[in-house]
Amino acid sequence: MALPILGLFVGLLIGILFPISIPLEYAKFMSVALLASLDSVFGGLRAGAEERFDNTVFITGFFTNALLAAGLVYMGERLGIDLYYVALLAFGLRIFQNLAIIRRYFLKK
Amino acid sequence: MLAVRQGQAAIALVCVVLGIMLAVQFRTTQDIRSTIPFQRIEDLSQRLNQTEKERDALLNEVHTLRQASSVTGGSKESELIKIGAGVVALQGPGVIVTIDDSKRPSKPGENPNLYLIHDDDILKVINELWAAGAEAISINDQRLIASSEIRCAGPTLSVNNTRYSPPYDIRAIGDPQTLENALKMRGGVIETLQFWGIQVNIKSLEDVQVPAYKGTFRFEYAKPVKEGAK
Repeated sequence: MALPILGLFVGLLIGILFPISIPLEYAKFMSVALLASLDSVFGGLRAGAEERFDNTVFITGFFTNALLAAGLVYMGERLGIDLYYVALLAFGLRIFQNLAIIRRYFLKK
Repeated sequence: MLAVRQGQAAIALVCVVLGIMLAVQFRTTQDIRSTIPFQRIEDLSQRLNQTEKERDALLNEVHTLRQASSVTGGSKESELIKIGAGVVALQGPGVIVTIDDSKRPSKPGENPNLYLIHDDDILKVINELWAAGAEAISINDQRLIASSEIRCAGPTLSVNNTRYSPPYDIRAIGDPQTLENALKMRGGVIETLQFWGIQVNIKSLEDVQVPAYKGTFRFEYAKPVKEGAK
């Protein structure tokens, strides 16, 4: 459990130290991609707790989820449909579900 | 402690990426907050208010100083020049012409611009007044001097670089009868304006007050010709 948290801090540090910035009009896509990645991480933690973690599934899931979410929002913007909220809702629900399952495992120990 | 034995390394790697994304997103959100110019607008409008207040105070000071200097200094000729330049408030018999936009609703398909007052309407009235021997004219507190402009500035009228919206209040000093007749002449300015329903109201008064020009004079290019250098 210490290693993921350490990774998170390293990532934050890199992000803060390197002045990477994205244009304002892409901030929306970035936020959805961020939510997708968060969902993937919680999913991975849950799979790890259930002891059926698959490395390939996890890594590919992480990137495809983030890209697909951003792509979906882009499509929605082009078509005039607010798919942003759809992605937000779906990932939000999944994050909370995963969190609940992780909590159960945590309490069982 | 929660035991995640599998895939610690992969999750850690993904967490690094997640951390970078978080930091970037955090910075972008902060950028949006600071660049959306709500604060800037507030700041600017406050500064504008303050500057306008300062300007008004300075104009008043210029005005009082001018009055003071005209009390102390003064041959008959310099007094006349001051009156001609428009830096002295004047009073005397004259007319007050009030002009307002047409209340008549424009018919569909017709240009609604025809029912509004434009700069050329005001200019025609002013021209007629000067021609009828007006000695001093002001529009809504702005004394007309040699360099005064009258022009449309969007839906408003700009006089001496100050904007006014209808109704316009034109005060002129001169022979009231002549001024009124000149405006009301058959086929004249007023008749043309009234055709479009523009409301014109002329009042002849024994005592009309025309304010002084409150701005400053600034000559950047023009210089007086030296008499000896011919």
